[in-house]
Amino acid sequence: MAESPLAVYQGYLDRGQLAYQWDKAAGRAVFYPRVVSPFSGGTDLEWRVASGLGTVYATTVTYPFKGDGHNIVLVDCDEGFRMMGRVEEIDPLAVKIGLRVKFRVHPAEGEQPAYPVFTPLNPAGEG
Amino acid sequence: MSELKRGGAAIVGAAESDIGQVGPGFNVIDLMAQGITRALDDCGLALKDVDGLISACTQSRTSPLNLAEYLGMSPRYIDGTIVGGSSFMFHIQHAMAALQLGLCEVAVIAYGSTQRSIGRQNASVREINPYETPYRPFLPSTAYALAASRHMHEFGTTREQMAEVAVAARQWALKNPVAWEKNPLTVEEVLKARMVSYPFTVRDICLVTDGGGAIVLTRPERAKSLKKKPVYVLGQGQCITHANISSMPDLTVTGARESGRQAYAMAGLVAKDIDILELYDAFTINTILFLEDLGFCKKGEGGAFVGGGRIAPGGSLPVNTNGGGLSYCHPGMYGLFLLIEAVRQLRGECGERQVEGAETAIAHGNGGVLSSQSTVILGTEVTL
Repeated sequence: MAESPLAVYQGYLDRGQLAYQWDKAAGRAVFYPRVVSPFSGGTDLEWRVASGLGTVYATTVTYPFKGDGHNIVLVDCDEGFRMMGRVEEIDPLAVKIGLRVKFRVHPAEGEQPAYPVFTPLNPAGEG
Repeated sequence: MSELKRGGAAIVGAAESDIGQVGPGFNVIDLMAQGITRALDDCGLALKDVDGLISACTQSRTSPLNLAEYLGMSPRYIDGTIVGGSSFMFHIQHAMAALQLGLCEVAVIAYGSTQRSIGRQNASVREINPYETPYRPFLPSTAYALAASRHMHEFGTTREQMAEVAVAARQWALKNPVAWEKNPLTVEEVLKARMVSYPFTVRDICLVTDGGGAIVLTRPERAKSLKKKPVYVLGQGQCITHANISSMPDLTVTGARESGRQAYAMAGLVAKDIDILELYDAFTINTILFLEDLGFCKKGEGGAFVGGGRIAPGGSLPVNTNGGGLSYCHPGMYGLFLLIEAVRQLRGECGERQVEGAETAIAHGNGGVLSSQSTVILGTEVTL
């Protein structure tokens, strides 16, 4: 039985790594992981481990009816793919577009498997 | 390759079902049937004349089937394309093609929702996305807020400018007797309202209402013999760019640029030829994005463009004349109501909110999280 793209991705995360796919034919990163590349239509997708470095592309703070707001960002990873994430260890409203961030793993909790989050690359939260 | 003919179909009937908060026990097929009955009355046709049935909604997986059974029909042409709130603009293309090919003679497009009565979470069940769901986005608001953040960053668009969109919509709504909101609104009130997803307060975000409706289309030859002035489909275009916000190529440019280009090309018109605009305003940033992408101002200038009452009643560009999804009605898939309002404006039926001399209109639909865009250009007989 073939392993699903999500299962492979999750396996990397469980080992502390952020993985993405590389479409050799198109010379482009593919994210989210899939069985066929949206760029070339090819199925020859190579798994690679990202540096975990990226730049905040868009940011918001979403407020539940009760409780504090939480940050949600889109991050442009240095390898050329974009993903959703959360920037931690900084006030949610202080997360600005252009902020350099670094990936870490948010550990599994209950039904929720481990998933990637981000922290400011510079601990002062600047640039 | 054959193409859709400019003016090759006309909207001859248009009606809302009950909207706002509907009576207990109404379901979405009831509302579709109510809309169809009223839209047929509007043009003087009967159910027996309808042989093309098109519908979409979130609360019935096979709504054309359920609707046909309910109405006792076995239509020759069926479509149930669903790509979010713009689905009905995509349906216009399908109805036009079916009419042009002779697959049907009279097509209806119907919608219904009871999301206010049963709760939004029940009306539109959340889909799990392992690459987004862990971050607890409140969709669709979070996605549009991300787009707004990018627009503010790149172009200096402000919360006050976005609030102007909500204020203009409210001013129009106060002229619409069936609009949900009945009280005036100020920029300050928008800014101070409950924050939902920064930069949006609850006043930057569309209503959550029940509602439905239908429109009736036929070929122009037949349209001329019916009760009301036909409203012709001069142009249609559509573009899908992504499904999830994390896959949107550029958060400041929507598929409306391409759908508009197609619609203008088919209609042989440009932005300055359009008298009224009905734009899918699920969020205040939408109106700004679509004014830019449909060519009414340059990219990045939409925030300044909507200031000074330009799009409000009495302004130079009438936008969302029914009060919009922000203040009139928004049952979840709002696109059909844009078409209904455009038809009524072009017929001159809009009473206090009527835009005098309106001969051309855009009804622009948006679906998903800025994902599916479709532009329909409508015109009166003089525009043919």
